[in-house]
Amino acid sequence: MYRVVIGLEVHAHLATRSKCFCGCSTEFGQRPNSQSCPVCLGLPGSLPVLNEEALKLAIKAALALDCKISKLIKFDRKNYFYPDLPKNFQISQYDLPVASGGSLSIDTGTGPRRIRIRRAHLEEDAGKLIHEKGQSLVDFNRCGMPLLEVVSEPEIASADEANEYLVRLKRILKYLEVSDCNMEEGSLRCDANISLSQEGSKELGEKVELKNMNSFKGVKQALEYEIKRQGKLLDQKKRIVQETRLWNSEENKTEVMRSKEEAHDYRYFPEPDLVPFILSEAYIKEIEKSLPELSQAKASRFVREYKIPEYDANVLTADKYLSQYFENCVKIYNSPKVISNWIMSELLAQLNARNIEVRHLKLKPKTFVTLLKMIETGEISGKIAKEILPEVLDGKKEPGDIVRDRGLSQISDSGKLDRIIEQVVKDNPKPVEDYRGGKANAFGFLVGQIMRASRGQANPELANKLLKKKLEEGKDA
Amino acid sequence: MELHKLTAHELTNLIAKKKTSVKEVAEDLLKRIERTEKKVKALCLVDKQDVLAQCEQLEKGPRKGKLFGVPVVIKDNICVAGQDTTCSSRILKGFKPPYDATVVSRLKQEGALILARANMDEFAFGSSCETSCYGPTHNPWDLKRIPGGSSGGSAASVAADETILALGSDTGGSIRQPAALCGVVGLKPTYGRVSRYGLIAFASSLDQIGPFAKDVEDAALLLNVISGHDLMDSTCAEEKVPDYTKNLKPDVKGLKIGIPKEYFAKGLDNEVKTQVAAALDVLTGLGAKVKEISLPHTEYAVADYYILATAEASSNLARFDGVQYGHRRAKPSDLIEMYFKTRGEGLGEEAKRRIILGTYALSSGYYDAYYLRALKVRRLIKEDFDAAFKKVDCLITPTSPTAAFKIGERTDDPLAMYLSDIYTISVNLAGLPAISLPCGLNSEGLPVGLQVIARAFDEQTMLRTAFAFEQNTEHHKKRPNV
Repeated sequence: MYRVVIGLEVHAHLATRSKCFCGCSTEFGQRPNSQSCPVCLGLPGSLPVLNEEALKLAIKAALALDCKISKLIKFDRKNYFYPDLPKNFQISQYDLPVASGGSLSIDTGTGPRRIRIRRAHLEEDAGKLIHEKGQSLVDFNRCGMPLLEVVSEPEIASADEANEYLVRLKRILKYLEVSDCNMEEGSLRCDANISLSQEGSKELGEKVELKNMNSFKGVKQALEYEIKRQGKLLDQKKRIVQETRLWNSEENKTEVMRSKEEAHDYRYFPEPDLVPFILSEAYIKEIEKSLPELSQAKASRFVREYKIPEYDANVLTADKYLSQYFENCVKIYNSPKVISNWIMSELLAQLNARNIEVRHLKLKPKTFVTLLKMIETGEISGKIAKEILPEVLDGKKEPGDIVRDRGLSQISDSGKLDRIIEQVVKDNPKPVEDYRGGKANAFGFLVGQIMRASRGQANPELANKLLKKKLEEGKDA
Repeated sequence: MELHKLTAHELTNLIAKKKTSVKEVAEDLLKRIERTEKKVKALCLVDKQDVLAQCEQLEKGPRKGKLFGVPVVIKDNICVAGQDTTCSSRILKGFKPPYDATVVSRLKQEGALILARANMDEFAFGSSCETSCYGPTHNPWDLKRIPGGSSGGSAASVAADETILALGSDTGGSIRQPAALCGVVGLKPTYGRVSRYGLIAFASSLDQIGPFAKDVEDAALLLNVISGHDLMDSTCAEEKVPDYTKNLKPDVKGLKIGIPKEYFAKGLDNEVKTQVAAALDVLTGLGAKVKEISLPHTEYAVADYYILATAEASSNLARFDGVQYGHRRAKPSDLIEMYFKTRGEGLGEEAKRRIILGTYALSSGYYDAYYLRALKVRRLIKEDFDAAFKKVDCLITPTSPTAAFKIGERTDDPLAMYLSDIYTISVNLAGLPAISLPCGLNSEGLPVGLQVIARAFDEQTMLRTAFAFEQNTEHHKKRPNV
């Protein structure tokens, strides 16, 4: 076994309406180059002006990651040539990132652990190259979008931990609405560096950088592949070469992109077009005050306040909107555990099946709670409630109306139920015989038949009672 | 009437009194250009039709503005929407910016007529206007000589009466040195006084756009129009802009003038020295007090500048890669060839030299020894000025160590060329305002320039000193025979 040391660099698009240094829209999926201007196209003579909202979001995220915020905000140029980078330099932050020295708590198999965050800095994104019909085209819509690059210390010890780190980080960024973290749209990207060394050795092994992982799964797979590849090399007493490798998701392997010798010299230097400035204490305080309660804190509060299991609390707080939904329900119906059960088992299943995000859910907490209350009062059975749920999801219908229109209310009238039971007993002589002969499980079968005959509307408690009475009566006869 | 000989303040007066029209002015200048341009070659683009169309628009419009009907020549590195803006470089041939530089839109707002584009050293790299892809500009005082640079076209066009006003840019002396060598007024504002938006950057932390004029009053007038905060440029100061013309008084009584002793040492031409000394006598005669001061880090200024300016330039010029605009290598075999050949074919010798110098200074392993150290020296140079301005109100120096030299004389000796800016470079490093104005002719009949340097954002003291000198002498009235 070798000691695995992983560091992650996550790039998240900040959810600003306009780009980092110009007024162009950041909307995704628009016609190529329709969202560009002289500034983000890097036309000669144009100059960048910082979007304050981008800085605010970066600070927000950094505070949530327990980082120290730099008082002096300064930008640098990272120089390299590539056709998706119209100025052939990227405005970034080099020696003075907006944030440094934070941490993020992850769940390992053996309990929580804090992964330290080295730094988080603000920079602009590049455009997108499209290669087709032997031509290369470039779309600058993405160019100049604000990015927050979050760099962990190299202290993640496995592919699973890396995955956990990403899940946690994404949760925080989404919670704060700092980024929508949509990997398909490229608003969250991750590079990794990994080294293997002998267990117990103080020195780290040669570092390999991994790029081109387009999903959390990709990150995990690429790391797992590298751990195996490097482990094999070490087993054979071969040297690991410091290099940058690309993840090939089609062939499930990493491939050499460039060696250490081919690494760029980015020639960072202070961006002279943006004047460094000092952030006031009050400015940072103001942002700090605007921070919402974060998921971990909220989960503990849910356990404390609502007396629900930790597992429930974690699920409910993983999404900010879900946690708000839960709390809104509890406000009008003080049965937290019932609500939690229904959200976790039924509501989320329905949303997942339809690919609906909680924040786009039309079903109002009031309507959802009405449904749950109808079970409590015995108006409908749980089974019927499950059937009704999909029909009220779009927020257009009330459960009461559906129950009335379709005659779905529970049959709690003993006369009506007796008639059904009589029929069932008549139609199933064999199980009746069995029960009377001492086979208790035949009873369940008969209850099932009653539910079926009543199209699920029979009040289960009452049906049990009446059936038992009926069967006992027959025994005596 | 020879309208081209007038100043802007004379011309706006005539137009306001309807003694002449915008069109008459434009036609007179176009005629003048036709007559002199073959010899001077100050302009790289004159679009007559566009000029006449502008005249029509101006006549139809509200007929107002501080520069209503005044022709202005624009240096070829300042963007004018829809008009070729090439920095006198092959690599930008055919580039028509889709937007106006902030200074250009301010000119248009004040009714100015954009007359033509001025030739320059390629990307403003030079002190002689010889590195232009359009060929050299000639000094109107002696056509065998250079006009200075890099804004040589702007200076020469004003000196040759081909325009009333011109805009240039000054990174290390590119306005003041050609102004001195062509016998006109050239003003480099405080860094941040004028928006750089639309100025194709050479060295962002040093560049500043400024006016060329025939007298100090015109320079103040043009400065009024182009100064002030601009949301498009983060380095543009929010500092209030005083009315530079209104406050222009020929009064230097009690003014404390500093003479930096380092500027009068080795390398200064004797005749230039004599002219500057005579100018100082005029000012003391008017009641100013002269005091010798020291700027001890002066000897490092040129070296410091050539590290910082080239470092920034190497990055600023990276965008000329043939991808979006300008020259591109025909049918490159791959991306690398496209980059190499596009830049190889498109950029001139001096541009390549500076890109290489700058790239070297920023390279890992050299950064600390060159770029970082240069930043520290820059601060020391600035502190020299801070200390000086505790004792005096402004500084007076020669603008250039010599008068105009011959075309070709220094093209093979970059170091000799770089020394042309020895008295102007420190001002850019310190971000200060400075003006060059004529202070006489040497024995060969070539103009000599006087430089007045002031505290940051104290253009008023600088202009007042210059105005007092000018109003009490006749140097600014001398014009070359072209």
